[in-house]
Formats: sequence, structure tokens, C-alpha cells
Amino acid sequence: MSPFLFWIFAGLMLVFGAGVVLNRNPVASALSLVVSFLGLAALFMSLDAYFIGIIQVLVYAGAVMVLFLFIIMLLDLRAEKLRKINWLASAGGIAVAVALSVQILYVIGNFRFSQQPFPPLARSTVDDVHHVGSLLFENYNLPFQIIGVLVLVATIGVVVLSKRELR
Amino acid sequence: MIREYLPVLLQIIVAVGFAAAVLIVSVIVGKSGRRTRVKDTAYECGMVPQGEAQPRFGVKFYLVAMLFILFDLEIVFMYPWAVVYKETIGHSTLILWSMLSFISILMVGYVYALKKGALDWKK
Repeated sequence: MSPFLFWIFAGLMLVFGAGVVLNRNPVASALSLVVSFLGLAALFMSLDAYFIGIIQVLVYAGAVMVLFLFIIMLLDLRAEKLRKINWLASAGGIAVAVALSVQILYVIGNFRFSQQPFPPLARSTVDDVHHVGSLLFENYNLPFQIIGVLVLVATIGVVVLSKRELR
Repeated sequence: MIREYLPVLLQIIVAVGFAAAVLIVSVIVGKSGRRTRVKDTAYECGMVPQGEAQPRFGVKFYLVAMLFILFDLEIVFMYPWAVVYKETIGHSTLILWSMLSFISILMVGYVYALKKGALDWKK
């Protein structure tokens, strides 16, 4: 992966991440978040983590964003539009964020290992989905079934909590 | 490696280009009328609109969306399963039974949602 593509996708993520915060329309914020997630998925894929990249698109950009949009529909949008920007609070927030990043940069700059370049990624002949699959279905079969039970519990919880009168 | 993604890039360019072209052409070619306050109100069959343009939705939609996420997670586990299935099934059928058991565990939740009427739209 050329650093050129990395900067494109990282920049895309940052621009749309700022768009999430700055947009006054909640639907536009949610859609900016989708683009930000897509940039993140591209970064994952550039690190040969195809499975995580696909899940990022499928679960986060697809399913979780659908939930976010539904929440926005459940809300009263007028309240957000009427809200005034509190300049003092935003200035304070920006100051805290800047202070935190300065601290992090200082620590990284003084950390000995951070000056050395990363070793190149180990090239593997099989892709990561393959690795995940063979590990999940050969060594971790029981945890896999327990995940199934966990999702089952979540399903029942959803039905119990959001259905007003159960049959 | 990156060359393999060229079709994806082309598709993105075509999709964005088409959307942008339609928008730009409609601005250039189309005539825009004068905007008045009355024109900007929601159309309500000639009556004065009541309430807001974006009505609040019932929580029923949210229930369906959450169930969708849960079954979406089930599908996520089928990706690695489908990838390794062919080579693993040769020496053991464990992979088939583990996925069947996983699906049947989740099927309990599906049947529960059905029986409790969580997917009934009318009520």
C-alpha cells in the first residue's frame, strides 16, 4: 500500500469525522459517519486485514448505521436545530483536545521504540479470512457456540424490552 | 496488489460522476422558480400542514432494526465458514455440525420472536 493511498483514506476519515461533529442536521452527521467508516475499512484492507475491513462495512457502515438512523427518526429533530453553539464550552473542549494531543506527541517523541520504523508485515500465503475460519472452527468451536447463545440472549432481550405487551 | 482494485475505483468514479452529472445538469438545464415561504411548507393536500415535516417513528421500526443486526452478526460468521468449508469437510464433518448447531441456537431466538409476535406489523 502506497503512503499516498494511506493519506487519502486517513484524510477522508478525518474530514468526514469532523463533518459528524460540525453538521447541524443529524441525518447528515450519520451519513458522514458512514463515509468515515468506509475510510477505516479501506485502511484495514491496506493492512491485509480483509475480514475486519469487510465487517467494518457490513456491520458498522451497514447495520449499526441503520440503527443510528432509526434513533434519529425517533428523536425530535427541532431541538437540535434550535440549540445555540456555546462558544465558551467549545473553546474549552478544543483546548483540552489540543493539550491531550500535545501530551501524546511528546510521549511518543520521547519513547525510544517509536523512533524505529516498524518491521514490514509478514507476507502470508493464505488470507486472514482463512486463518480466522480455520481457528474458529477447529480450535475454538465451543466459544463459537457460546457466541451463538450470547446472540440468542440478545435477541430475546430485544423482544422482551421493546415489545409492549408480549403474547 | 493495488492494481487489482482498479475496477473498484472505476466503479466509484462512475457512480459519483453520474450523481454529480445529474445534479449539475438539472441545475443548468432546469428552470428554478421563485421560492416563497408558502412554497417551502410541506404539501398537505391543500390544507395548512400540522405538526412537523419529519414525524417521529414508532419504536416498532427500531425493534426490526435490532433484530436485523443480530441476524446480520450470524451472517458475519458464515464468511470464514464458507471460506474454509471446502478443504476442512474432507477430513472431518465437525465444521458442518458446528455451524448447524450455531444456526439452530439462533433459530430458537427467531422462533421466539415469531411466537411473541415481535415481527407482526399490524398489532
